[in-house]
Amino acid sequence: MPVIEVEELRRTYSSRTGLRRSAKKDVEAVRGISFEVERGELFGLLGPNGAGKTTTIKMLITLLLPTSGRARVLGFDVVADAREVRRRIGYVFGGDKGLYERLSGLDNLRYFAELYGVAPKEQGPRISELLELVGLAGRERERVEGYSRGMRQRLHIARGLLHRPEVLFLDEPSIGIDPVGARELRETVAALVSTGTTVLLTTHYMFEADQLCDRIAVIAGGSIVAEGTPAQLKERVADGHVVEIEVYGDAGERIDAVRAIAGVTGVAVEEGATSQLLVVRTSAAAQVTPAVLGTLDGVRLGRVATREPTLEDAYIELVRDV
Amino acid sequence: MRVLRLVGVTWWLQLKMRSRSSFDGILSIVYPLFFATMIFFMYGQHGDQEALVAASVGAACMGVWSAVSTTASTTLQGERRQGTLELLVASPTSFPLTVVPATISMGTIGLWSLVVTLLWGRFAFGISISFAQPVVFVVAAVVLAFSLGLVGFLEAVASVRYRAAWAIGSLLEFPVWLICGFLVPLDALPDWVRPIAYLLPPTWGVAAVRDAALGGNAWPDIALCLVSGAAYAGIGWLLARRLVDSARMRATLALT
Ligand SMILES: Nc1ncnc2c1ncn2[C@@H]1O[C@H](COP(=O)(O)OP(=O)(O)OP(=O)(O)O)[C@@H](O)[C@H]1O
Ligand SMILES: [Mg+2]
Repeated sequence: MPVIEVEELRRTYSSRTGLRRSAKKDVEAVRGISFEVERGELFGLLGPNGAGKTTTIKMLITLLLPTSGRARVLGFDVVADAREVRRRIGYVFGGDKGLYERLSGLDNLRYFAELYGVAPKEQGPRISELLELVGLAGRERERVEGYSRGMRQRLHIARGLLHRPEVLFLDEPSIGIDPVGARELRETVAALVSTGTTVLLTTHYMFEADQLCDRIAVIAGGSIVAEGTPAQLKERVADGHVVEIEVYGDAGERIDAVRAIAGVTGVAVEEGATSQLLVVRTSAAAQVTPAVLGTLDGVRLGRVATREPTLEDAYIELVRDV
Repeated sequence: MRVLRLVGVTWWLQLKMRSRSSFDGILSIVYPLFFATMIFFMYGQHGDQEALVAASVGAACMGVWSAVSTTASTTLQGERRQGTLELLVASPTSFPLTVVPATISMGTIGLWSLVVTLLWGRFAFGISISFAQPVVFVVAAVVLAFSLGLVGFLEAVASVRYRAAWAIGSLLEFPVWLICGFLVPLDALPDWVRPIAYLLPPTWGVAAVRDAALGGNAWPDIALCLVSGAAYAGIGWLLARRLVDSARMRATLALT
C-alpha cells in the first residue's frame, strides 16, 4: 500500500476582490492531480511559484479541505481521519514565521512536544538530540526573536521531527540556510529516508532535488506535467547533451534558426552581464554543434562547451510552455 | 492525565510568553490600578468603611477581567499573524485544547493585578481587609482567574472572524465591571440587570472572592463560578471546532 495516495485532487480558492469585496474571484490552484508515494521514498514536487505545491501539501497535512478528489496518508483519509493523519506526519515549511518569538528555542520545542504527545520521559533526550542534529545546541535557551533566519529554519526542522513522524512534508525546508547547513539538512533528510521515513519535498533548488529525490513530479499551473526519476526527466527532455555557447552581441533573431536545425530539441537564452548564454539541447551534440555554429556565423562567440543535461535543463523545458 | 499535563505545560509556557511583554504587563497592572484608585477615593469620601472594603476587593478583581477580556479577542489573530495557528491546528491535539491554556494564562496574569491592587489599597489608602479565610480566598481567586479564562476562550473563538476584534475586548471590559457587581452590589442594580448578571461567571467569582475576604460562605459562589465558566467553555468548544472546519474550507488559517 502506498504511503501517500492522491487521486484527482482539486482545490479552488475563492477570494473577494474589488473595493467593496463584492466581486468574487476563483483561483484554481490545484486542478485534479494524482500521484502515489511508496514507503521510504523521497518524492519531490517541483514547479514555479504559484504552481500549487504548497496548496497540495496543505491538503495532505489536513490544513485545507480539498474541493474535490481524494487523498490518503498511511491509509487514512485526510478529510475523514484527519486526527490519525496528524498524529503520524511531520510538517516543516520555509520562512521565519511559525515560532513563538518570546519563548526560547527550547521552550518552543517543549510546547510542540506536548501538543504532539511525546512521552514526558522521552521529551528531554529527544529535544537534546534534535538540537544537536540541527546545530542549535548551546543556543536553545535564547529567545527566538534574536535568532537569525537560518536558526529559525533549523528550529522548524527540529520541531517537525519531535514525534518521529512516519511521513515528513517539507515545503522549501532549506530556504535561508547557509550552504553548510543546507548540506547537513540534505544528509539529515537522506538519513531519515534510509531508516524508512517517507518524505515529500518541495524545493526551488534543482541540485537539491536531483541529489535527494527518488522520484519527482513537476507541477505547473496546478497540473502535473511530468513525473519520473531525475534521470528519466533528464532523458525526457534531452536524451543526449546540452551545448552551451557564449554569445557576445545580439543573437536574438538567430535563435529561431538554431531551433529549426534537425536534432535540436530545445533552445534557451540566459542573459549575462556582458554576454548571453545560448543553451541548446540536442540528441546528438557532435553533429549539431557545427550546424549551430554555422548559423551563428558573424556573431562574436566565446566559450563553447558540451555537457550532460541537468535537472534544471529538464525543469526549464518542462515548465516553459505552461 | 495527558490532558492535565498538556494544559499545565502549555499554560505555563503561555504565561511565560505573556509576562515577557513588559509593555502589556505594566499596562495590565497600571490600568486597573488607576480605576481602583478612583474607587478608593470615592468610597473613602463616604466614610462607610464596610462599603470601602467591599469595593476594594471588587476593584482588585477588575484587573483579572481586564487581563482576559482585552487580550482574548485578538489572541487567535495574533497566532495567525505569527504563523503558529496552522501549527496548532495541524497538531493531533484537539484545537480547543490548544487555545484554553492560553486564555487561562491571561486570567493568571490578572491575578498579579489583583494582588497589586490589594497591596496598593492596604499601603496607600490604609484599607485593611481581615482575610477571615485566607485559604478559601486563594481558592476563590484562582477559580475566578480560571473561570474568566474559560470565558476568554469563548471570547477568543467568537471574535476571530472580525477585523475589529480588538474593539470587542474593550467593549466587553466596562459593562462586565458594572453588571457583575465588581463595584456596585448587585442589589443596587436595576431589576432587569440581575438575570444577566447571574449568567455571567464574573458575578459568582467576584462574590466568592469578596465572601472569602470578608468572612462569608464562599463555597456556593465558587461552585457556581466554576459551573458557569464550564458552560461558556462548552459553547466555545463547539464553536472552535466549527471554526476550524470553516477555516480549512475557506483557507483562512494562514495569511499567505
Ligand atoms: N489563501 C489563498 N487564497 C487565495 N488564493 C490562494 C491562497 N493560497 C494560495 N493561493 C493561490 O493558489 C495558487 C497556488 O499557490 P501555492 O501557494 O500552492 O503555490 P506554490 O506552488 O507553493 O508556489 P511557491 O513556489 O511560490 O511557494 C497561487 O495562484 C496562489 O495565489
Ligand atoms: Mg509554496
